[in-house]
Amino acid sequence: MNTTVALILMLAVGTYALRLVGPALHGRVELPARVQELLSAGAVVLLVALLATGALTEDGGFAGWARPAGVLAGGVLAMGVPPLGRGRKWGKGAPFAVVVLGAATVTGVLRAMGVA
Amino acid sequence: MGVSFGAIAVAGGLPVWVPVVMSLVVYAGSAQFSAVGVLLAGGGPLAAAATGLLLNTRNAAFSLAVAGLLGPGRATRLLGAHLVTDETVAFALAQPDPARRRAAFWISGIGLFAAWNTGVLVGALAGRALGDTADYGLDAAFPAVLVALVLPALRENARLRGPAALGVVLALAATPFVPAGVPVLLALAGLGLYGYGRKGAAG
Repeated sequence: MNTTVALILMLAVGTYALRLVGPALHGRVELPARVQELLSAGAVVLLVALLATGALTEDGGFAGWARPAGVLAGGVLAMGVPPLGRGRKWGKGAPFAVVVLGAATVTGVLRAMGVA
Repeated sequence: MGVSFGAIAVAGGLPVWVPVVMSLVVYAGSAQFSAVGVLLAGGGPLAAAATGLLLNTRNAAFSLAVAGLLGPGRATRLLGAHLVTDETVAFALAQPDPARRRAAFWISGIGLFAAWNTGVLVGALAGRALGDTADYGLDAAFPAVLVALVLPALRENARLRGPAALGVVLALAATPFVPAGVPVLLALAGLGLYGYGRKGAAG
């Protein structure tokens, strides 16, 4: 039990310290607009990489087809109806909950059908 | 997702308070999953904490990106830092102006904190009764959430697409060879393609 408490403490303190990096530096160091722009871009790049690895990989290997298929379905829902002809605008995109439920449903149904 | 974390931890043999307390004080989903995974696999607390912290290094970059939204007071900064997660940062950055970004950060931050911890408690209490959450396709939910959140930014700012695509390639290529958490950090090298300061490329 003591080892579990030690793990939780290490993880909690370490994680909070990492999260304090931003607020601690903010206001002390004046970041140029370009750097701030780059930081925002960096966050998007991180999130996209996170969703790609989260959708496609599991324990260092391929996660199987069911999960990326579900994520793809969620992505299509989020994009809205795809344009059918040239010059057509992309649709507005489904509500957030529909995207998430759609992704989970597609993955769940594929698994029930025997697709890993 | 909180439900599945609570359920997985308890089903693996941990007492109910472990996932509940961990979620309150660590509050980082992927790091908690991996730390508990390492612990349940017999990896020991040090390896478990190291794995979790490696996954959380991205929060340092995220907290820099949203630092301006956390102030002005010291207390709100200290509290807001704890709410920095993939989702709150994505929600905030999806908004067009600073006032909305601040509102999105705090609303999503408090809402997600409440939802995540309630879910963990429910999952821990339900324990094994729930069965394998992968059966319900819940593992597709988290990436799908991120897709929905980053799409507006990628649509609006064309200059983000190249760096994001390169980042994905780097992260996926590295995944089999490096510990969990490192691939997404390598993705930051994709920023090398980001031509900041150039105007007119958006669309």
